[in-house]
Amino acid sequence: MPGLIDDIAGLRNSRVWRSVFRSGSGESNLHRSLAVQQNVFLHLASVKVRRRVLKFSATWYLGTLSLGCFLILITTGILLMLYYHPSVPQAYADMKDLQFVVSAGVFLRNLHRWSAHAMVLLVFAHLFKVFYRGAYRPPREFNWVIGVVLLMLTLFLSYTGYLLPWDQLAFWAITVGSNILAAVPVLGAKIRFLILGGHTVNANALLRFYVLHCVILPLVTVLFVAIHFWRIRKDGGLYVKEKTDDRN
Amino acid sequence: MTETEPKEFVASIDSDSRRTPVRVAFVTRRTSPQVRTHDDPYVMTFPEVLFRAATAVEALLLALALLSLFWDAPLEGLADPMQTPNPAKAPWYFLGLQELLHYFPPIVGGVLIPTLVVLALIVIPYFGINIETEGFWLKEPKKRMRALAIVVAALSVFLIVFEVWSVLVPTILIAGIMLLGASPAANSGFRKWLRMKPLSFWIMSWFLTVAIILTVIGTFFRGAGWALVWPWEA
Ligand code: HEM
Repeated sequence: MPGLIDDIAGLRNSRVWRSVFRSGSGESNLHRSLAVQQNVFLHLASVKVRRRVLKFSATWYLGTLSLGCFLILITTGILLMLYYHPSVPQAYADMKDLQFVVSAGVFLRNLHRWSAHAMVLLVFAHLFKVFYRGAYRPPREFNWVIGVVLLMLTLFLSYTGYLLPWDQLAFWAITVGSNILAAVPVLGAKIRFLILGGHTVNANALLRFYVLHCVILPLVTVLFVAIHFWRIRKDGGLYVKEKTDDRN
Repeated sequence: MTETEPKEFVASIDSDSRRTPVRVAFVTRRTSPQVRTHDDPYVMTFPEVLFRAATAVEALLLALALLSLFWDAPLEGLADPMQTPNPAKAPWYFLGLQELLHYFPPIVGGVLIPTLVVLALIVIPYFGINIETEGFWLKEPKKRMRALAIVVAALSVFLIVFEVWSVLVPTILIAGIMLLGASPAANSGFRKWLRMKPLSFWIMSWFLTVAIILTVIGTFFRGAGWALVWPWEA
């Protein structure tokens, strides 16, 4: 074992590795800081956190789990895209293929679907957890607003995905939802036309929902998640109740 | 050194960062560096936080994978615009809203209420009342009792006019629970806990309760024609 560990350390200190990751390996906290700070993704987070925020009771890890769902959804979603055509009635036939032809197709579709439901649930739970521990208060107020945007994005992502199987469930759920939109005063019918590409849910709506679901909304969500994490660092890390805090 | 001309400082903006390296730091009250007021232990993000996050996500993946092995996603027949299922339901997270549509005209249930909810969520951290954490009953209890009575009464009349019993009942229940903490005699155990809760807690808890009840009714207790049914009859 020690031989292996030395080998890994040697690899991480090699010229090629360091040209990629910039930080080498090392035993010190300086090296551990660099591993975070010198990485474009990890540097959104701070290099150290207060031990108390790691306790399960502090966050229930709900934000982390929301992110986990999102990552699972991106992975399974890309795989599903390999088998899916956003056209009528091929979309439905592709669902049947996933069910009967594609290896592990049912599992893939199940995992995507249940992760989507789980994400909506977890994001809601995260919102309420943040609220009840008072973590929305200044200086974190704008990160709360970004959170509300993320909630909306999560709902839109789920909703646009709901249409894609093009079965009765999908078709009528989106019909019910888009009819609500039409109740918006003055612009209602126009907004619905814009979103559906027609007066009713049809092949144009499927294509629009597909583009929103697979391209636009995921990209926007990634962007806002990045801002959300960066703001946590900028706002001084996760909220913990100060013992001297006069806000109780 | 003899007196030299006092150096002249000109406040100006020059984009050449090498020619104008003048740095002036104003330490104002609002932006002054935070004074350390605590002595909490810190841990390094790498590896402590990252490993914990990875473990949590792995547990989640395991749970979802197991679920996916044993429970299949629904797939009904091909979409058919000529065949309306009864009832036609939105996804579960919109069923609370769809339930509201049963009581209110679309403009209220479908547009006004959701818009207000989203706006209310956004402005939460910008209102002093939500930042204050003092128990609702600790200050001016008489005045607050009157305000509470008026708000609950007005809301109840509104809900009775539209016959929204599923919101009326929890509204009155929660107001009742609030009252348990109203008396100064409520100084131990659960009642003290209630007494220490701020107004924002009560509003959010009311909202959460109502949202859950409406969603559960919409999901499990609504059948053909949006009539009330038992879940096993649907
Ligand atoms: C895609 C959705 C979201 C993701 C992936 C996400 C992710 C996270 C993560 C990983 C954290 C760190 C703490 C934790 O794990 O709980 C966090 C904190 C936070 N989130 Fe979210 N979040 C999302 C949505 C929301 C929503 C809907 C809100 C509220 C409206 C929100 C408000 C906050 C706030 C204020 C914090 C800081 C909490 C503190 O300082 O203790 N987030 N988020």
